[in-house]
Amino acid sequence: MFHWLEKHPFFFSVGVFVVIAFAGLIEIVPNFAQASRPVIGTKPYTTLELAGRQAYIKNSCNACHSQLIRPFKAETDRYGSYSLSGEYAYDRPFLWGSKRTGPDLMRVGNYRTTDWHENHMKDPEAVVPGTLMPAYPWMFTNPANIETAYAEQLTVKNVFAVPYNQDIPLKDGSHVQVKLADTLAGAQADALEEAKLIAADMKDKSVQDAVAAGKIPEIVALIAYLNSLK
Amino acid sequence: MENRPLEYDYTVAKMFMLTTVLLGIVGMLVGVVLAWELAFPSVNTILGSGVAEYTNFSRLRPLHTDAVIFGFTISGVFATWYYVGQRVLKVSMAESSFLMFIGKLQFWVYLLTVAAVVVSLLLGITTSKEYAEFEWPIDLAIVVVWVLWGINMFGLIGMRREKSLYISVWYYIATFLGIAMLYLFNNMEVPTMFFSGGLGDWWHSVSMYSGTNDALVQWWYGHNAVAFGFTVPIVAMIYYFLPKESGQAVFSYKLSLLSFWGLMFVYLWAGGHHLLFSTVPDWMQTMGSVFSVVLILPSWGSAINMLLTMKGEWQQVASSPLIKFMVLASTFYMFSTLEGPIQAIKSVNAIAHFTDWIVGHVHDGVLGWVAFMIMASLFHMAPRVFKREIYSKSLMNTQFWVQTLGVVLYFTSMWIAGITQGMMWRAHDEFGNLAYSFIDTVTVLHPYYTIRAVGGTLYLIGMFLFAWNMYKTMTSGRRVEENELQSASPMAA
Repeated sequence: MFHWLEKHPFFFSVGVFVVIAFAGLIEIVPNFAQASRPVIGTKPYTTLELAGRQAYIKNSCNACHSQLIRPFKAETDRYGSYSLSGEYAYDRPFLWGSKRTGPDLMRVGNYRTTDWHENHMKDPEAVVPGTLMPAYPWMFTNPANIETAYAEQLTVKNVFAVPYNQDIPLKDGSHVQVKLADTLAGAQADALEEAKLIAADMKDKSVQDAVAAGKIPEIVALIAYLNSLK
Repeated sequence: MENRPLEYDYTVAKMFMLTTVLLGIVGMLVGVVLAWELAFPSVNTILGSGVAEYTNFSRLRPLHTDAVIFGFTISGVFATWYYVGQRVLKVSMAESSFLMFIGKLQFWVYLLTVAAVVVSLLLGITTSKEYAEFEWPIDLAIVVVWVLWGINMFGLIGMRREKSLYISVWYYIATFLGIAMLYLFNNMEVPTMFFSGGLGDWWHSVSMYSGTNDALVQWWYGHNAVAFGFTVPIVAMIYYFLPKESGQAVFSYKLSLLSFWGLMFVYLWAGGHHLLFSTVPDWMQTMGSVFSVVLILPSWGSAINMLLTMKGEWQQVASSPLIKFMVLASTFYMFSTLEGPIQAIKSVNAIAHFTDWIVGHVHDGVLGWVAFMIMASLFHMAPRVFKREIYSKSLMNTQFWVQTLGVVLYFTSMWIAGITQGMMWRAHDEFGNLAYSFIDTVTVLHPYYTIRAVGGTLYLIGMFLFAWNMYKTMTSGRRVEENELQSASPMAA
């Protein structure tokens, strides 16, 4: 049979394809519908948070920081309760990472503040002596890309039915809505409102001035995202 | 026509040989910069704080991996295909102006795509998925490159005079099919401009899969990009170049059959070992773990087949640096394919995952096996493509030892770093509290990061020696006749 296949490239290729393809089918397909169901309390990202998430991706934070807490005592002691599949339901792409050069950030919003992030992003060595993390000064001046974040929100709402402007159940039985504006101008206004709350906790004068003037630096969006990781 | 030996046309092979060398140097240079940044963080601003955004670790890291995978390795795969393909199929590229055109077109589209990748990654335009960072316009260009390669491959196969496909061709076909399938499914993404009325950056897209599913598809891809980029085509190379260079027949046809079909069947299942203790279902994790261990069989099958091909001719390892490269490559292949399954065992993975041991594993595989084999292939091709003797044998020997030392420093330091950090993360004191804060587990790694950076630098120096040797061979090596090119490559002292 193998000799025959080696003389018939078409059937050989079909054979190879079948042999390599079915492992993926069997491993990936069965779980697809179930794994993407959100757990109670998981909310989609606001415009500002999503812009921060895009800044996180733009700077490949995921190259050094994971967002996956494994079910070991050492990890739950250090980072909080272990990760559940449904908590990632609105993560496109997933940001688990594959290397922890720095610590996990899955629940960093529980134990770090706006103030801490501001100092740390500006001068990591001053906050954590011995750290390998470089400073990110350009995030204090580069503008956050609110328009692309809004475009992404519209896309996931239209294509994947992400529940913006709908009641989302919380653990205590109450409900909350994540607002998605009807227009870009509305989304920018919403993001600015959220940014003002963050900037109020920051010390950097240029950031505060920018926000007061209606501009949102990347760092504000990034901190909004990091604070949302709980 | 049939009575004269075929004149093979290596125009396209030469083009891809050039990009193999150039992108190899670029990719490894970036890697060395990254290594020094981890050893000494001030290197992050080495070109001044004004451009730190483009020299900082996180921005450069995807550029390193993609330059060595899609630049160096894939160029090497194309270069060897445009050499090996013609020879084992007994057909010349010169016989079809159409296929020649397709080959050249493939090269130029490839080069443009590489340029787009470099620019976009430096600007931070990335999807964040490892080895699939490119946004959708570049993905489409990559599909074009791949389809052009497929047209060429199956075009040459269609014209072949040798009816039976040689083992290397099996592996090249599998490379083509495997990468095509994996790349398409993992890069399913929705461009946001089409669903938002044209708002935002036009290149931006959002993954078709979310959360755990996205992770599952990504590591099904990520692991098998390693399979079909770093293993399958490299095995294709060794099955051709080692027998050719040593003048020995492949040890066992049956073993090559078993290894090929075994590898095809088993490899795809093993992706789950990247997701142990994550939120994917337990049974998938266990499958990934078990199949990773089974994977030793087909991997070692190929490697042993190659080592036994040298049976009775081991003196060549001492006399020929080219054979040295290939024998060490298949030894590193065995080593790396034993190390991988060990790391895929759940209890080992609990320590190894997220640490530098994984980085070490990748590098003993790619530096010791992939890069050594690609460079050996190019060394073997050079005299036949340029009709010149290899410029310097002693330079090859020097390169071999410098790079071997580099690899050894690299993986030993990363083993120690990874296991040290993994153990420190989980250590508890007598009261059950964590024994170390995270930063303690980082500062302890400094000496190992420094050793790794030295190892990487040595390897890069070897790359420059390689480039110089190739350049001199091409421009000033002694001209050789066809009868000098039968088996062992001619090389000047």
